[in-house]
Amino acid sequence: MTREQIRKTEGIIALTLSTLAAFLGLFWLVFILGDVLVHGIKALKLSLFLNDPAPPGVEGGGLRNAFVGQLLITVCATLIGVPVGVLGGTFLAEYARGRRIARLISVLSDIMVSVPSIVIGTFIYAVLVRPIGHFNGWAGAVALSIIMIPVVLRTTEDMLSLVPWTLREAAFALGAPYYKVITQVVYRGAATGILTGILLSIARVAGETAPLLFTSFNNSFFSVDMKQPVASLTVTIFQYAMGPYDNWHAQAWAAAFVITVFILLLTITGRLIIKWRYK
Amino acid sequence: MSEKIELEVKELDFHYSGNVHALKKINLRAYKNSVTALIGPSGCGKTTLLRCFNRMHDLYPGNRYQGEVIFQGDNILSGGTDLINLRSRIGMVFQKPTPFPMSIFDNIAYGLKLKGVRKRAELSEKVEKALVHAVLWDEVKDKLGANAYELSGGQQQRLVIARALAVDPEVLLFDEPTSALDPISTAKIEELAAVLKKEVTIVIVTHNMQQAARISDWTGFLMLGELIEFDRTDKIFTAPSEKLTEDYVTGRFG
Amino acid sequence: MPRTAKKNPVDNIFSLVTAAASFSVIILIIGILYVLVSESSLAIGRFGIWKFLSSTDWDPVKESFGALTNVYGTAFTTLLSLVIAIPVAIGIAIFVTEISPNFLKGPIGAAIELLAAIPSIIYGMWGLFTLSPIMSNHIEPFLKKIFGSVPLVGILFQGTPMGIDILTASVILSIMIIPFTASISRDSFNLTPSVVKESAYAIGATKWEVVKNVVIPYSKLGVFGGIVLSLGRALGETMAVAFVLGNNHRITTSLFDAAATITVTLANEFAEADTDIYLSSLFYLALVLFVMSFITLAIAKFFLLRAEKKYSR
Repeated sequence: MTREQIRKTEGIIALTLSTLAAFLGLFWLVFILGDVLVHGIKALKLSLFLNDPAPPGVEGGGLRNAFVGQLLITVCATLIGVPVGVLGGTFLAEYARGRRIARLISVLSDIMVSVPSIVIGTFIYAVLVRPIGHFNGWAGAVALSIIMIPVVLRTTEDMLSLVPWTLREAAFALGAPYYKVITQVVYRGAATGILTGILLSIARVAGETAPLLFTSFNNSFFSVDMKQPVASLTVTIFQYAMGPYDNWHAQAWAAAFVITVFILLLTITGRLIIKWRYK
Repeated sequence: MSEKIELEVKELDFHYSGNVHALKKINLRAYKNSVTALIGPSGCGKTTLLRCFNRMHDLYPGNRYQGEVIFQGDNILSGGTDLINLRSRIGMVFQKPTPFPMSIFDNIAYGLKLKGVRKRAELSEKVEKALVHAVLWDEVKDKLGANAYELSGGQQQRLVIARALAVDPEVLLFDEPTSALDPISTAKIEELAAVLKKEVTIVIVTHNMQQAARISDWTGFLMLGELIEFDRTDKIFTAPSEKLTEDYVTGRFG
Repeated sequence: MPRTAKKNPVDNIFSLVTAAASFSVIILIIGILYVLVSESSLAIGRFGIWKFLSSTDWDPVKESFGALTNVYGTAFTTLLSLVIAIPVAIGIAIFVTEISPNFLKGPIGAAIELLAAIPSIIYGMWGLFTLSPIMSNHIEPFLKKIFGSVPLVGILFQGTPMGIDILTASVILSIMIIPFTASISRDSFNLTPSVVKESAYAIGATKWEVVKNVVIPYSKLGVFGGIVLSLGRALGETMAVAFVLGNNHRITTSLFDAAATITVTLANEFAEADTDIYLSSLFYLALVLFVMSFITLAIAKFFLLRAEKKYSR
């Protein structure tokens, strides 16, 4: 082979491998989603949403408690996490814009986004579970909100920074104080972006399991009392999948299916909004 | 001046993807060991034409050529052209300096290594020769191992020229090579072009008419994708046959 | 920021509220650190720092605890998953930026994003029910047959392939981190100025040579940052590995052995720790994990910021 042929062959081999890698990534996605779909749909019954769990080993029953509990915890986490995140991001992008402290908090938030969620679970256990004496729903919601805050905060900061500075100047020129400029002009300009960030952060925490394991724990009975242990889909999946009964496994697949569809829909909606708004 | 033709463009049409008709029926010749300048208002297609000569447009899908570009007897627009080989014979220098993320030495040696030169002694010799040629040797000979990004803009541009020269190309394409440089660096590059044409054929795109007048032997004036006039540079600038050319070179528009 | 001579009182309040909200991040980090240290003080007092980190004990009955088996398991699975994930992720990034026809770029990019959005518990469960049997029935016996008797390497392929082991956990972990690494690598690759790539093509480089000699060197800071970020994520991943790693507090050398990571130990034992020293030791583990991942993530951030600065110049 000539030198050029060797170079070209090397190129073809390397690029073929890259292409295979890309299809391997696609393959995993199809494999995992397909598996969840097939097993999940098979186990999906109306009774899953309407009934509470049957005693271990007994056929039938549903996961009504876990669906409601998951919703409750996620909503409470959102109610705590979103205001703190949006306001925090506002400080970074507006009042502290360009200052060193904004830079620092921004970097720390980026780190916090990836801090192991199970560590946050242990932290909340020490702060909100042990002092009270038992697992409770609020502890789970707070743990999830801690994961949410940095995500929302950073997207808010980025989205507010995208709003042109001249827009603020125009509002200042009318004599508006800064808080009115922010709440009436800047927020409006960045609303879609912030909303997308919130959607994606809900998608992020809705699938979290580790921080709930020893905060909201689990509850095999229906309960909406946030001061008591509250069931969640994710913890139930963990418990059921690791358990010995076939009917538990089937219900775990069904729960996995529902939660995956929910999260992927949120993610896709978020991405579509970004595409539609910023391209 | 010899009159041997190095590149001959025949009835060249070029469409960008999306059916933008960028070049229309271009006919033009670049003579061996001469400098041919392409001038015209921005968007006229001069850079597009230059990038046909080394088939740069092939990097992006959807672009279409029609017509012929004859280089040493072969139509380089034909399907069978080996682009790797073509591009190692026709070098190109871009608007902004484009050093690779490696040392000064490795930047120059890169093309040689691609061609299979492995021996350190041979590499060193050719790198030095190219740098001397591009009038950069004295400035960098003590720091060949330094990162190329440490050089000034003018030095980087001469480095890129040296890199193109190292592989002994037959044609050098310059795409507004001095538009990002200061006047002193510009003068150095212009002097260089005058020297280099003894060995290579040069085609240069420039928006600067004085530059075209100073360094080129032939000039093509393009507008809206058409070649309005092609002639010896002194004729284009003193007695153009077309009204449009006259208006442009006298600065009435553009 | 505009500075006016007379401040509006509502504006003052609003700015203070937003400041408080953003300082919550700092307060949380310090709070987590403080709480973890104080909760683990009992274990720190009993076992010290070096002894805890170097001890392989994990015995709730004798109340003797050390972190080494957990740290070892964490390091082993994380590194192995990186070894699997990095080439694939870089391959994906090369495909998306340089090879793929335009109409495929969108779908593959979307697939990567979706892969990243799937919650880790789904990965874990899928690993337990689907991947683990495939590993124990097909892949692991195959690997054992090929490498089991090779000197030096063979030590990694001993024992009975059960599918609940380091290899399976690492494969799942690698599938989880591929999207992060791939999308950061892709973004870094995209920052290579196209004119620099063109000038490499212009001296006759092939596409692969342009990638290898120009694109990758140009974007190495960003890619490296992405890899370290994935490392940080993998260190703290719990649910994807909790299903398939077993919970084995021993130092093992074979890929077919069960093991324990810090996260898996916490997930399995935290809620049932019955003595103060047991619970305190678990907090101590969480502290070790927090510090490890915080440092790793800070390093990643450092490289990503430097890459950003370099490109914006």
